[in-house]
Amino acid sequence: MPRITINNITREVPEGITVFEAARETGIRVPSLCRMESFQPTGACRVCVVEVEGAKNLVASCTTPVSEGMVIKTNTKRVRDARRLAVELILSEHNGNCQTCDRNNTCELQSLAFELGIDNIGFTGEPACSRTDMSTEALIRDNAKCIKCRRCVVACNEIQTVGALFPQYRGFNTLIGPAFNYNLADVTCVQCGQCAAVCPVGAIIEVSHIERVWSALDDPSKVVVVQTAPAVRASLGECFDYPPGTLVTGKMTAALRRMGFHHVFDTNFTADLTIIEEGMELLTRIKKAFVEKQKVALPQFTSCSPGWINFMEAFYPEFLPNLSTCKSPQQMFGAVAKTYLSKKYGCRPEDMYVVSVMPCTAKKYEAARPEMNSSGVRDVDAVLTTRELGKMIKQAGIDFPLLPDEEMDKPLGVSSGAADIFANTGGVMEAALRTAFEVITGKKLPFNQMHVEAISGLEGIKETELTITGTKEEWSFLEGVTLKLVVAHGLGNARKVVDAVKSGEKEYHFVEIMTCPGGCIGGGGQPRPTTDEVRKKRIEAIYREDEGKALRQSHDNPKIKQLYGDFLGFPLGELAHKLLHTHYTEKERI
Amino acid sequence: MIDEDLKAADCSCKTDSIIDEMAAIFNENTITEGSLIPILQKAQTRLGYLPVQALRYIAARLNKSLSEVAGVVGFYSFFSTVPRGKYVIRVCLGTACYVRGGKEVLSALEKHLGITVGQTTDDRVFSLEVGRCFGACGLAPVIMINEEVYQRVKPVKVGEILAPYKMREAEMEAVK
Ligand code: SF4
Ligand code: SF4
Ligand code: SF4
Ligand code: FES
Repeated sequence: MPRITINNITREVPEGITVFEAARETGIRVPSLCRMESFQPTGACRVCVVEVEGAKNLVASCTTPVSEGMVIKTNTKRVRDARRLAVELILSEHNGNCQTCDRNNTCELQSLAFELGIDNIGFTGEPACSRTDMSTEALIRDNAKCIKCRRCVVACNEIQTVGALFPQYRGFNTLIGPAFNYNLADVTCVQCGQCAAVCPVGAIIEVSHIERVWSALDDPSKVVVVQTAPAVRASLGECFDYPPGTLVTGKMTAALRRMGFHHVFDTNFTADLTIIEEGMELLTRIKKAFVEKQKVALPQFTSCSPGWINFMEAFYPEFLPNLSTCKSPQQMFGAVAKTYLSKKYGCRPEDMYVVSVMPCTAKKYEAARPEMNSSGVRDVDAVLTTRELGKMIKQAGIDFPLLPDEEMDKPLGVSSGAADIFANTGGVMEAALRTAFEVITGKKLPFNQMHVEAISGLEGIKETELTITGTKEEWSFLEGVTLKLVVAHGLGNARKVVDAVKSGEKEYHFVEIMTCPGGCIGGGGQPRPTTDEVRKKRIEAIYREDEGKALRQSHDNPKIKQLYGDFLGFPLGELAHKLLHTHYTEKERI
Repeated sequence: MIDEDLKAADCSCKTDSIIDEMAAIFNENTITEGSLIPILQKAQTRLGYLPVQALRYIAARLNKSLSEVAGVVGFYSFFSTVPRGKYVIRVCLGTACYVRGGKEVLSALEKHLGITVGQTTDDRVFSLEVGRCFGACGLAPVIMINEEVYQRVKPVKVGEILAPYKMREAEMEAVK
């Protein structure tokens, strides 16, 4: 372990870490802007410079590894001046207005300028020209605010392997974006919002649905219904300065009521419903393959992550038949609300307004898909990100920490713990196994707390096998069968899994894919920043929520049983098929 | 936007021939991970420039996105996505030429031709580009028109320099 001296503190630090990390371990903060936790540093911004004895120039601490005997100073006049200069240069070209910017108060450039004590910009640069790209349902890009840190390029290419964003042109003319300064809608973009999640400034943000939701709430002719995705309860607290991993389910429910929503429901409910439909679909496919020896599309891929659907449509259209035909829980909710519920409430589907709160930007795109109107009108009218809900609660003048804990409404607010874990990678698979295993064997999934250890956690691709024994009569053909399962999150990992299936290198029965790293808890619409540390905390919170539930398996949800009994009929039945399932189509890849 | 570009880029027979040319390049060469730049060079040599259709074809064949390919094309000044004129005027903006008025020469040319750097006149006779040192610093500022070098160029003289080229073009038109 090398011994280094940093601001007169001498100590040993782990081999191979950077000066930036060594400073942090020593309790010294070095400002940074382009650096992205757990990714190769680009050294683009030079905000993290420090003095290293013996080096002529200041060095970027994020790209410099520590070495034996290194003497580092992080707070000299030379360092302070250089950092300030770097930020002043950025600000001199920066064309934005903090007061009206989406990132006001959450902007890394803004807080850096404050931290460095910049009270005046020493030169006037040519302000970047503004061309706002509003071509997509989910995202808005504004090059005028872009500081060219390239974090979005890493997110789009390394994490997601989509390739929509790259540096274009060169020198002063460099723009970060799609080819030829095209709009995002003109190239393949899956709308995952991971670029928006890592952007330090207001250059990529979600399309806001805040105003349309306030209008609906103000409209006396509308019954306004809200659903909240499982991942939101584990992150919304961060908008109100709670530490990551704080569960705020009860306060969130109370806030939604105070904002004026008539019925506060849960996407968890339709997550349970998804498990019934998707589980039965899987078992049907397996039965066809094993008993009837038919050719069926196996492995079955999960279909609840809309960014992943977009990815498959563009990159692997030949595997579209392998996608579960189940809509995502968000869309199942919309379809059930505007049929079953509206009938119950005696209102027409067009008089009901369905709002969802999602950790996701791709859900905005999904809700606008032409397929998603099985109630006869748009099934979901507005999609708010977790961040947008945080803003609306503040706009409503609600003092969040003072709220009591409240329960969601019945029937669509009732859910099992299996629905909660839809929020994180491995959760949909685990929830499906909890139900499928009991259906097949009559017994509970034989693991501690029914958690499938091998597919939990942040490893990018997680494989496991499950051998089925003790089957019930009708499932006896599965006796002794080993199910091959894999879970991947982040589309780069998803790509590896699909490629392995395509080449024949791997065979699976069931594949769970979530678009965002960590799953929905790491979604593109979640409070910033989302690091692995934060992901872990949110996942822990979700497991706590699951374990705290009286019901742990989707098929135990009494309101699901009631929904089938009163309305839907049977899983995969005719009405279920009409409302809860869909098909996707190939898209050109650009 | 892309569709408009494709349409704008002449007729579909043109697009077809571009695709044929590209397919030929891919047939004649072994393609590896690092093939992008060599393929782009070959494509530019064949077509004279790199139209969007060619880039889309190359991106698809190399399993890359159009944004990545366009990013590479935009980074290197020797690639051009617009058809170049018959005469490519390159103005040196190396240090010596720059301090001796290269920039003023450039402005004069821009004004005279009604185009900016990287553009081509509507009649496709002249393209304007910037270069870095043609090795004639002693006689700065320097411009090149195709292979011809012009030294100690004064902004007021650019019209004179271009006149013979224009004349030649006019004569050719008349013959046609
Ligand atoms: S991006 Fe940041 S610095 Fe720029 S206008 Fe928005 S809040 Fe202000
Ligand atoms: S939304 Fe996703 S796919 Fe689209 S540009 Fe951003 S990171 Fe890339
Ligand atoms: S859009 Fe945002 S993340 Fe991308 S380069 Fe610009 S500032 Fe950085
Ligand atoms: S944070 Fe180190 S160069 Fe940007």
